[in-house]
Amino acid sequence: MSVDIRIRNAVKKYGDTTIITNLSLDIKEGEFFTLLGPSGCGKTTLLRMIAGFNSIEGGDFFFNSVRINDMDPVKRNIGMVFQNYAIFPNLTVEKNVAFGLKNRKLSKEEITAKTDQFLKLMKIEEYRTRMPERLSGGQQQRVALARALAITPDVLLMDEPLSNLDAKLRVEMRTVIKEIQNKIGITTVYVTHDQEEAMAVSDRIAVMNKGDIQQIGIPKVLYQRPANLFVATFIGRTNLLKSRMEIADGKPFVALPGNHKLQLDTVKEDELKPQDVIVSIRPEELYVKQDGEDGVTAYVDDAVFLGLNTHYFIHFENGEKAEIIQESQIDSIIAKGTKISLGVKTHKINVFDSEGKRNLVKGVVNDLDAYNGAR
Amino acid sequence: MTGAYSKKGDVWKLISVLVLGLYAVILIYPLCRLFKEAVISSDGKFTLDGFKAFFSKSYYVGSIGNSLKVSIATTLISLAIGVPLAYFYQMYEIKGKSLLQVLVILCSMSAPFIGAYAWIVLMGRSGIFTKILGSIGIHVGSIYGFNGILLVLSLQLFPLVFLYVCGALKNIDNSLLEASMNMGCSGAKMFLTVVIPLCMPTIIAASLLVFMRAFADFGTPLLIGEGYETFPVVIYDAYFAETGGNHMFGATVSIIGIVITAGIFLIQNWFSNRHHFTMNALHSIERKQAHGIRNVLINIYCWFVVCLSFMPQVYVIYSSFQKTSGKLFVKGYTLDSYRFAFTHLRKAIPNTFMIGISALVIVIILAILIAYLVVRRSNTANKVIDTLSMIPYIIPGSVIGIALVLSFSRRPILLTGTVAIMVIALIIRRIPYTIRSSVAVLQQIPLTIEEAAISLGSSKMKTFFTVTVPMMGNGIISGAILSWVTIITELSTAVILYNANTVTLTLAVYTYVSRGSYGVAAAYATILTVTTILSLLIYMKVTGNKEVSL
Repeated sequence: MSVDIRIRNAVKKYGDTTIITNLSLDIKEGEFFTLLGPSGCGKTTLLRMIAGFNSIEGGDFFFNSVRINDMDPVKRNIGMVFQNYAIFPNLTVEKNVAFGLKNRKLSKEEITAKTDQFLKLMKIEEYRTRMPERLSGGQQQRVALARALAITPDVLLMDEPLSNLDAKLRVEMRTVIKEIQNKIGITTVYVTHDQEEAMAVSDRIAVMNKGDIQQIGIPKVLYQRPANLFVATFIGRTNLLKSRMEIADGKPFVALPGNHKLQLDTVKEDELKPQDVIVSIRPEELYVKQDGEDGVTAYVDDAVFLGLNTHYFIHFENGEKAEIIQESQIDSIIAKGTKISLGVKTHKINVFDSEGKRNLVKGVVNDLDAYNGAR
Repeated sequence: MTGAYSKKGDVWKLISVLVLGLYAVILIYPLCRLFKEAVISSDGKFTLDGFKAFFSKSYYVGSIGNSLKVSIATTLISLAIGVPLAYFYQMYEIKGKSLLQVLVILCSMSAPFIGAYAWIVLMGRSGIFTKILGSIGIHVGSIYGFNGILLVLSLQLFPLVFLYVCGALKNIDNSLLEASMNMGCSGAKMFLTVVIPLCMPTIIAASLLVFMRAFADFGTPLLIGEGYETFPVVIYDAYFAETGGNHMFGATVSIIGIVITAGIFLIQNWFSNRHHFTMNALHSIERKQAHGIRNVLINIYCWFVVCLSFMPQVYVIYSSFQKTSGKLFVKGYTLDSYRFAFTHLRKAIPNTFMIGISALVIVIILAILIAYLVVRRSNTANKVIDTLSMIPYIIPGSVIGIALVLSFSRRPILLTGTVAIMVIALIIRRIPYTIRSSVAVLQQIPLTIEEAAISLGSSKMKTFFTVTVPMMGNGIISGAILSWVTIITELSTAVILYNANTVTLTLAVYTYVSRGSYGVAAAYATILTVTTILSLLIYMKVTGNKEVSL
């Protein structure tokens, strides 16, 4: 049986240093929820607070309506997958998977049946009698997942489970993890610093920085309508251009280098006032215009062909540098030094206030706002 | 092997040959002599009379049983004390844990027979505790015989288990314990079903070491056994009972001893092969603060066993300052025991250092060379060297002593009674341990570093001395200091080989204990203990940490 998780005003301190000051969060039943952030942002700390391995210095943690702050980790009924898998090196694959079941007063038949079920589910039946040191990284990962799921936990916690795998396996295993989670429908909290991985597996993501959540939302919103500058730069790549928003005839305009005026239709009504802004344009939101068309003038510094796309590193007339991504063309790559004219997909770009704390564009959904009253 | 190393005429080939030659002279030849002595009668005919004599007397056969009983019981009790102690020490915050560890190490480094004699004085028939407890109506059982040997050896050897298992616990990744808790297994259950199995390879290795030490220990049963004859005592008696050139019975008993210990070793090997797996910790276990009654009990347990084990040494130091009248301690304090100690057996102290340091230097040089051969130049000859170097590990010290006497008491190599034979004995005894630690250190150094030096134009020998040896440095020095301590407390081989000119501190203690002059013995023992403590302090200074591993 899955649970929903409620965290209210959580505080974590190590001695005198406060890692997490005041954090609130709701994770829905059956949801695949990811804590994403750079290293040291407190995501693993939070996960271990949920697991019961870190003490909680303040706030409340609930599984459904049960407060778990002081509950022994043994009793929380959590399945956990560790960064280094934590597979018992002295036990076979089968015994690793059965380990948790043996602590549950189940009959022998039940243990065998459950073990078989999860070995089969994770496609590791053929390795059941092997010792862990004779397994590849991906196989070990499967064992760890089978072991965590076999005890039918209320919550599945995963702490950077893919970080020890090579790039190709990582992609393969994240698909496996997503599939299994869908099939079982268990509430899952997943920690990673890899934004692409987070987007690939998550229903919702909480982006964390320095112990605070910056934004909670579905991957699409985080990418397209980041709540602030940190989220915009941490998720995906973007070009940041300092500018000023002016209002003419009730319409907002921002100036791009070369004094190219860009009219915006997406700015929130209450932000419609002249102010300094930071314009965030992702590389794919710029496109090279055909000869003669009017656009932002730029010069190509370098081109990197990556198959599907070609990345161009450019500079504008005022010397500011930027990156653009174009679908690769069959004819040729634009040569270094070429003067080009750029168009902007205006409806896609984001505009932040001068400190980067607010997105001025409509459509930002941040589930964190729900707790602002509680803060 | 890489191309750079497969050239012919390599100087390492020469070293291989020299090392093999050395082993042939100081190890293989003596063992062959021993075997020949056991099966060839004085008139040059093959005979099994020695074996017949041994197995026809229940006294002799019984001594094997006694030794096995003592060794097995000691091993089990040492594990029962040492494993929980190590667990508590690594898992929880213990009050004064640094001091606790130092005391544990000191306990492991004193000669067992010193413990035996201290316990006699404390708990023997006219012991201090016996009298105090008797006056309030408590009568403890006899300290003599099996129980006494068990007490002394267990308290002496559990520190080895402690040190080994601490090392293993440090290699357990914290997440393994967290995974276990996650799946509903914690506390004592986790200790039994997760921690113990994870430490099993180490526990097996520690068991073998404890078993071998207990089996070969000779001083303890001699002092406190009182008729409970163990095998090393029989070997010793058999050797000294025979005079002249005839050592057939002593040699026979020695051979039987080797067969038994080799058998034990093979059994252990079989077990450890079945329990083999590798571990390395990304995040070591962090010590937690236990709370309430749990915390109190853990602290009491740790300090109780360590104090109990350390008490004999404290008492020995105390009694070295007591006044004596004849062989008895009387009221009052004096330095007379020391005065006597420094005026008699004057050679003991210089001998201890001279023999100890010579042996140590040779052991270190040999160990570095052999470790290099074994790790970097794996070939048949060097595998043979590896195996040879481990043989002394399973041979009781007194057997090595007898084998050396048999081999070097006549021309062309006449060494008996010299310092040289004492040094050789110590080399043979200590080298397996030092090689093991050197091999471990060398395996940590990537081969690419040496290859880099060679590619930059440094010759192989220069690379070895300027790159490899310095990198092994710290590991070698720390291993050497621990070897030093075991060298100066060695008794079982030396007791067969020594004479008035080659007496050492340990032997001096033994001599005066067996003469009943406990005051003088205490003085010598105190000097020995102080030397040990100083060595340990130097060790900690050199390695810069407080974590000692054997």
